[in-house]
Amino acid sequence: MSHFIDRLLFFKRNVETFSGDHGVVTNESRRWEDGYRKRWQHDKVVRSTHGVNCTGSCSWKIYVKGGIVTWETQQTDYPRTRPDLPNHEPRGCPRGASYSWYIYSGSRVKYPLVRGALLRLWREARASMRPVEAWASITADPAKAKAYKSIRGLGGFVRASWDEVNEIVAAANVHTIKTYGPDRIMGFSPIPAMSMVSYAAGARYLSLIGGVCLSFYDWYCDLPPASPQIWGEQTDVPESADWYNSNFLILWGSNVPQTRTPDAHFYSEVRYKGAKSVVITPDYSEAAKFSDLWLAPKQGTDSALAMALGHVILKEFHLGQSKSAYFEDYCRRYSDMPLLVRLARRGDHYVPERFVRASDFSGHLGQANNPEWKAVGIDEASGDVALPNGSVGFRWGEKGKWNIEQKDARSGAEIRLRLSLIDHRDAVVGVAFPYFGGIEHEYFANNPHPEVLVRNLPARKLVLADGEALVVTVFDLLAANYGVDRGLGGANVASSFDQDVPYTPAWQEKITGVKAADVITVARQFAENADRTQGRSMVIIGAGMNHWYHMDMNYRAIINMLVMCGCIGKSGGGWAHYVGQEKLRPQSGWVPFTFALDWIRPSRQMNGTSFFYAHTGQWRHEKLAVREILSPLADPEEFKGSLIDFNVMAERMGWLPSAPQLEVNPLELVRQARAAGKDPKDYAVEALKSGQLRMSCEDPDDPRNFPRNMFVWRSNLLGSSGKGHEYFLKYLLGTQNGVMNDDLAAGGGDKPLEVAWHERAPEGKLDLLVTLDFRMSSTCLYSDIVLPTATWYEKNDLNTSDMHPFIHPFSRAVDPAWEARSDWDIYKGFAAKLSELSEGHLGVEGDLVLTPIMHDTPGELAQALEVKDWKKGEIEAVPGRTMPVMTVVERDYPNTYRRFTALGPLMSRLGNGGKGLSWNTEDEVRALGELNRLVEEDGPTKGLPRIDTDIDAAETILMLAPETNGHVAVKAWEALSGFTGREHAHLALHREDEKIRFRDIQAQPRKIISSPIWSGLESEKVSYNACYTNVHELIPWRTLTGRQQFYQDHKWMRGFGEALCVYRPPIDTKTIKPIIDAKANGDPQLVLNWITPHQKWGIHSTYTDNLLMLTLSRGGPIVWIAEKDAAKAGIEDNDWIEVYNANGAIAARAVVSQRVKEGMCMMYHAQEKTVNTPGAETTGLRGGIHNSVTRICPKPTHMIGGYAQLSYGFNYYGTVGANRDDFVVLRKMRKVEWLEAERAAEEV
Amino acid sequence: MNAFWTNFFFGIYPYIAGAVFLIGSVVRFDYEPYTWKSGSSQFLRRRGMLWASNAFHIGIIFLLTGHTIGLLTPHEAYSALGLTAEAKQRLAMTAGGIAGTVCLFGMVFLVHRRLTDERVRSAGSVMDTVILLMLFGQLLLGLVSIHFSAAHADASAMLALAEWAQRIVTFRGGAAELVGRTEWIFQLHLILGQTIVLLFPFTRLVHIWSVPVSYLGRRYQLVRRAG
Repeated sequence: MSHFIDRLLFFKRNVETFSGDHGVVTNESRRWEDGYRKRWQHDKVVRSTHGVNCTGSCSWKIYVKGGIVTWETQQTDYPRTRPDLPNHEPRGCPRGASYSWYIYSGSRVKYPLVRGALLRLWREARASMRPVEAWASITADPAKAKAYKSIRGLGGFVRASWDEVNEIVAAANVHTIKTYGPDRIMGFSPIPAMSMVSYAAGARYLSLIGGVCLSFYDWYCDLPPASPQIWGEQTDVPESADWYNSNFLILWGSNVPQTRTPDAHFYSEVRYKGAKSVVITPDYSEAAKFSDLWLAPKQGTDSALAMALGHVILKEFHLGQSKSAYFEDYCRRYSDMPLLVRLARRGDHYVPERFVRASDFSGHLGQANNPEWKAVGIDEASGDVALPNGSVGFRWGEKGKWNIEQKDARSGAEIRLRLSLIDHRDAVVGVAFPYFGGIEHEYFANNPHPEVLVRNLPARKLVLADGEALVVTVFDLLAANYGVDRGLGGANVASSFDQDVPYTPAWQEKITGVKAADVITVARQFAENADRTQGRSMVIIGAGMNHWYHMDMNYRAIINMLVMCGCIGKSGGGWAHYVGQEKLRPQSGWVPFTFALDWIRPSRQMNGTSFFYAHTGQWRHEKLAVREILSPLADPEEFKGSLIDFNVMAERMGWLPSAPQLEVNPLELVRQARAAGKDPKDYAVEALKSGQLRMSCEDPDDPRNFPRNMFVWRSNLLGSSGKGHEYFLKYLLGTQNGVMNDDLAAGGGDKPLEVAWHERAPEGKLDLLVTLDFRMSSTCLYSDIVLPTATWYEKNDLNTSDMHPFIHPFSRAVDPAWEARSDWDIYKGFAAKLSELSEGHLGVEGDLVLTPIMHDTPGELAQALEVKDWKKGEIEAVPGRTMPVMTVVERDYPNTYRRFTALGPLMSRLGNGGKGLSWNTEDEVRALGELNRLVEEDGPTKGLPRIDTDIDAAETILMLAPETNGHVAVKAWEALSGFTGREHAHLALHREDEKIRFRDIQAQPRKIISSPIWSGLESEKVSYNACYTNVHELIPWRTLTGRQQFYQDHKWMRGFGEALCVYRPPIDTKTIKPIIDAKANGDPQLVLNWITPHQKWGIHSTYTDNLLMLTLSRGGPIVWIAEKDAAKAGIEDNDWIEVYNANGAIAARAVVSQRVKEGMCMMYHAQEKTVNTPGAETTGLRGGIHNSVTRICPKPTHMIGGYAQLSYGFNYYGTVGANRDDFVVLRKMRKVEWLEAERAAEEV
Repeated sequence: MNAFWTNFFFGIYPYIAGAVFLIGSVVRFDYEPYTWKSGSSQFLRRRGMLWASNAFHIGIIFLLTGHTIGLLTPHEAYSALGLTAEAKQRLAMTAGGIAGTVCLFGMVFLVHRRLTDERVRSAGSVMDTVILLMLFGQLLLGLVSIHFSAAHADASAMLALAEWAQRIVTFRGGAAELVGRTEWIFQLHLILGQTIVLLFPFTRLVHIWSVPVSYLGRRYQLVRRAG
């Protein structure tokens, strides 16, 4: 019936009255209310989450109505925690709650798009040629290539069909493989944990064809090199629930309520429980409001503050009146404090050299296996040299002694290592330490002291194979390094906190501006709490501190505090570095599937930072000289060259990966070698040694060495994470750019020694840039082909986080809208087309793959005592020892698609593993075949488990991983027992029969099973905490010494002054002086430090183009500046401002706030360039992204490899893209130009 | 105006407008219940609304009521009460003039606000602006017509218009010619008025239907039986 007519029935409406006519009983229709009821009705609710790098991994209910996603709300059905712990839920934040906006928004990519200029060329060529030839004809013609490369980023997309784009992509790939080599095809996709199957789709395709996956964690500079240096482990951290177990929380540069929103409740809850909290951050952040005490050091000087905290802790809790028995015992057992370090004579004093090794003794202390990889200490009882278990030398080549029981490896007798030699010394000697705090910097305060500080140390004489040597313990070195007076006389030590001696509280005050009294208070309370609670003091760190060039100093200084206080591996204690969703919990199930190790081992991987540094031409503008960062104690002759030279040496010596790899096509090289009747490896080694063959890294600007094709998916490389954005545009893409920096030729800098210099730098190295995204991001705008991918509510996938122990699904709530396809289906499409097009071009091919010397493999014991370069004739070139590992693999290009969609035979034949462990996995392969069914079609994959759909892919990961399959977990723990000689399987036995399957996690997020791949436990008794099993199961850290290392003895570490932690001021990137006067517009100009923290209205660039988030924010790019700075430059809130330096320019609005510290400005990370961005006056081009004013400088110590924990691992170690030492000029804009005119004819 | 248009605008158009008004309102009420609202923007910008909105509403309610009673009450009824046509016209001009001025005061503000305030304009629809401007025009025409009415001391125009209205609603012929003899201002006022009636179901004016008059006499408590 009609609502209208319903309302006309007023005679029948009221039936009777009551209460003396005060009330009436009515029959009035309430059907009209259904309208409001229907507003919130839906057809189904589906569980999914958001595949964004926010660490949230929150469970969401996705509501679908009439085939349309209508909205989402937080799920609240997580498994309960134990009674004394708050529950995890509800998880979520306004960003996630606004996600569904994207699906039907104008920003959605709806169809395959190709830049018009390219598509026109392609169709012309295709009219007369077959696909591969057509692609060749376009890229070979410089005019044609320029026609589409030079207008990248300038729009002009047209729709194409899936068939056509698949053909272009496959043809480009086939042509590139055939002509230049498969290692010229790159793929960039970050953070697998945020959508594992999607990552795997592209990586599996690339790995099958021989392409290269670029790392991201290091490139993002979220990777803390301090973590592998100290622990041999990359970013293992406590889950957020473990905050609740803490009693003292320092939040250092982390803005938990803003950037860890779903976890912040644990922080509030533990505050209610009574935990104390100190927040350390230069700006008055949201987190600062939670604190009992807010310390605001000058940005970038955190290590000075942390060193001073360490000084107080060492002095009072290790040596002084509050001496803690707990700390001493912890450090003796779990750190390198009691191990011995050799001293080397340098003039009238000594310098600390490397750890004493078993091989230093005549007879090698009876060690036949790896004696040069076994560190020693002194046993307290006997006073003799002891050889404790656990050094990395015990890990490989022998069984049962790789543990950290307090035993001598030779006799098995209990030992107690001596921490200090002060009471048993043979001599007191002057030992020199480098000091960098006196370096002058225009914008940072220094504290002048001599650049070499000689301090007295107790030493002991040992008779070694090469004669008598003086040795000291790391503990004594550490105390001296911190400047603690031990009563040994000499200078540069402080007996009082008020003395201005490095690293006292008074000393740091001059650098950081933090009051010495506050430092003393915090240090005392932090340590006292750790002492009384056995380690329940925690430091939560955000990325900010890791983004400085000398980030390892910030981190090591803090980790030192935590180790000194026995907090690592203790519930409620430790190092909580939450930066990116890096924890891929089912990692070892995911790795073989993703990198196609079921078919071909090894796969090609490359560290992103070194790759981008070389191929975006940033090295051509390098203004940081190596001598500026070298230790005053190092011999400059031993460290000659520029930063890229060090990277080339590292690639050559097998330290860092290298891609593109060799200047010839590796397929061709194998063909030639075989034709010559030689092993391709020997052939390559000979050619490299003779100089006939060069590695690509030695000439990145030679067209033979260009990366040619690149895939970007799940990423906004050019709108967010492209440090040196403008250099990307100039060199890699060859399009409009804002680079205003002279290169080394024009600027007169030192040219590299190892790398060929081309006067005319190539522009537009990439022939094809393909981006898969659901939204039109900045990266899409610069791509040649943009493909519409499924959103997070349109695909099936897996998602995990380090913040909680659950594994989450993505679920296909609705089919991909318009012509979108899931990443899995898109790469499947490429694989099918490539298989087809390779006929006549590529068949079964041998490919020579170069891989670096990898961490967690026996190879990590490659270069024990010295650094020797085979190219300089210092040592023989031996693959896997002094140069990269070389492997010849077979690729079957016509069967790429079949291989892509079936689990290959190597899983059954070679097994599976991770972190140095391996186990047989035939049972799982069989079970997967039963679950996914077997391939029935004839061919090379017949009888293998199928992986057709994204759910099949998810099941493959879940089946193979110990974290989601109890049987595998038990096998993995048993494998570890073989190394340690200790029983570990009890950690997983109680869950042995559990198999977590995809539909299980769709029903409810599931808690993963404990596995030795991770250092924490999932149990009903403890929250996940990193290094928990090291401490409680006596599993060694995967370092040289098997212990947490305060001391880094590699030659390059010593050379760059970082053997021990020191304060190092920010570097001078020299981007202001050359340009500030030339580009002045007459208005006052401010020079400010460029800080790019994570934001409130977006996660990276996702959500910053979301209308709902833009509405909550200011609707476009903004830069926060201090009130006082604004007043100096006449800037008012919301004024348009320009930010620039030699690297490029940005146009944004000013947010003037008391929150910001004078001298710095903050632009929230990755505000999308596509939204409300006018032109910049200096460049005349549209304002850039926050990375338009940055350029990276790699750090040589991050290139070290072949050395136990300092060996390469993908996203484990390597150069990092630091970007926080940069300064910018900031001024009011005179004229806001929107650049909306038509492009000039010659540009079109 | 020639005979055809006179007949169309004052003989036929009233029925078209009236039909669309009634049927349109019912259809919208049934099929677009979520759009049945006043669309107030006071939430977005309160400033001045206490005076402006109330002045406008009080004025226009008074005017609407006055027009309805004035036009549709047979003249005999006034005579029976002893009210002459001239007196009635004076009453109408005075009361209408006062109410119109009050309404004008509010409306000038509302028009200015809707045209210049970004927030209000972007939150509203084009039709919101159109109907407001039409009402504004209609009000101005009405106020100007007072001047013309004053010239007819005999109230002949008023009587003719009332007669027209009564014939239209009682479906009697000859209505259009009555209006054809009046001045252009009255004709224009009528055409615009009918157009407003025609557009009524497509505008926010539908909220007039839902004035909760019944609340005035409603019982304190409304309940229904279980089941």
